[in-house]
Amino acid sequence: MIDLLVTLALLAIGATAAWIVRGRRAARALPALGPGRVLFPFLGRELSLPALEAALRLARAEQATLVPVYLAEVPLHLSLDCALPRQSAVALALLDAVEQRARRFGVPVDTRIEKGRDSRHALRQMLRHERYDRIVVAAETGAGGDGFTPGETAWLLANAPGEIVVVRPDRNLHTASRAA
Amino acid sequence: MSGRLKVFLGMAAGVGKTYRMLQEGQAEAETGRDVVIGYLESHGRAETVAQAAGLEVVPRRRVDHRGALLEEMDVAAIVARAPELCLIDELAHSNPPGLEHAKRYEDVADVLAAGIDVYSTVNVQHLESLNDQVAELTTTRVRETVPDEVLGDADELVLIDLTPEALIERLRAGKVYPAERIESALNNFFKVEHLSALREVALRQVAEEVEARRVVGPGPPQRRDEERLFATAAPAAIGERLLALVEPTPASQRVVRRAWRSAQRLGTDLDLLWVQPPRELDDGEAAQLEALRRLAVVLGAHLLVEQGDDLVATVRRVARERGTTYVLIGEPSHRTALQRLLRPSLPSRLLAALPGIDVRIVADRTRREGAEPDAGASPPRGEGGAR
Repeated sequence: MIDLLVTLALLAIGATAAWIVRGRRAARALPALGPGRVLFPFLGRELSLPALEAALRLARAEQATLVPVYLAEVPLHLSLDCALPRQSAVALALLDAVEQRARRFGVPVDTRIEKGRDSRHALRQMLRHERYDRIVVAAETGAGGDGFTPGETAWLLANAPGEIVVVRPDRNLHTASRAA
Repeated sequence: MSGRLKVFLGMAAGVGKTYRMLQEGQAEAETGRDVVIGYLESHGRAETVAQAAGLEVVPRRRVDHRGALLEEMDVAAIVARAPELCLIDELAHSNPPGLEHAKRYEDVADVLAAGIDVYSTVNVQHLESLNDQVAELTTTRVRETVPDEVLGDADELVLIDLTPEALIERLRAGKVYPAERIESALNNFFKVEHLSALREVALRQVAEEVEARRVVGPGPPQRRDEERLFATAAPAAIGERLLALVEPTPASQRVVRRAWRSAQRLGTDLDLLWVQPPRELDDGEAAQLEALRRLAVVLGAHLLVEQGDDLVATVRRVARERGTTYVLIGEPSHRTALQRLLRPSLPSRLLAALPGIDVRIVADRTRREGAEPDAGASPPRGEGGAR
């Protein structure tokens, strides 16, 4: 009888311990936000994988949060405050992809969508709204990719205080990450 | 028997609401109906004055307000005159103190109660529920508001639509304001972006009213019992509405993204609700809340911030008010063993508090076993990205 009680008590203790440990593991699963912030603005329909990975490596090394920012362009015939469902569908898919990649790197992510009449206007809005330590951008490859043009990059260098990393992706790598 | 109310709704002054009201009043008079003007605010516009020609005007009454003599609508005289149709401009107008009612829409209710049909006008920024939104869009807040029920109870709602460019053209031509006010109007309220936003709000408002009427309207007589049953049950089943619970944290952006996609698939509206605990926001929370607000605007979702220390009770109230059919929540935060023993989880409490409403937990899919991240993944083609 005593043996049975002891066995039951041990089983109860074991189950409780497993329950607590499982809960703690679940709590640890999400990386906490880092104090620093690395902005990763991007345009269009595709992501530059090398630029994203550069941003992620930088964020991981500095224990910072990656802030991917989709820059949406609002046509002149629409109000700046209007909803953009078609661009939102594109943006959310890309932001999901960034979040997945960041999870693999163990980097916390804080996603954004910024709007503007053109890419510079959207960049200006981003600079106005976001606190950051670094900005990582992909340069246009000349192969028709969606990176920043030399003019946009020059504008960013002239107008954004702080460190800016411009990644010129390898053309083959860039092509590999393009939309199917 | 109560009269019928027809409201002409516009995005801003000058779109032609009063003109159209008078035009329809003239048409009614031509068919032999007894039509009078109860109150007309022509703003000195020649076209408007000309359109009113020939219609009987019920004299205004004079009211002394702080030494100034004001001319106001004479409700008693209109009721005594008892026309079939009365044209009453500016539904949102506030009466000076001392009159029977504080607001003109209350005067209109008296006229309707006397069995007189009424045509009236209002601008979209005067609607109570849109006042904040319009103030945010245009940086101009109007003080005179009309409860939404007044519009909801109207028998007919007519949108007077004009493109922003055409309205600005009318303004420049001196057809809206006198010459000395044109420059100031152009520099402040009458900007294309303001007017475009207002136009969108007005179009949405009318679309929602039309939809509401379509859903709750009596419809044609049904012969079979099952048809009657369908007609009764359909209104509850037609309109889906999603409510996503958010917090000013980055994790909430994932919930919003997933909720928005569901809303798009269902072709329905999305509300985002943050139940703010009764305390001050810290800087980080304020920044995240602002980011959520911007995201909501891009997505066309409605961000609601409600103060309350009882999350479930607040969600229940908001869900009832908004007609919610789905509630989406993020993964509940970690709870200690003791907490799990002492109190049911949030999903369980929501399920208990929201009978008949689906509750969905939005998982973090990047944690799914076997999920292969693919940064090169791209959205479907043909959606028209920014570049």
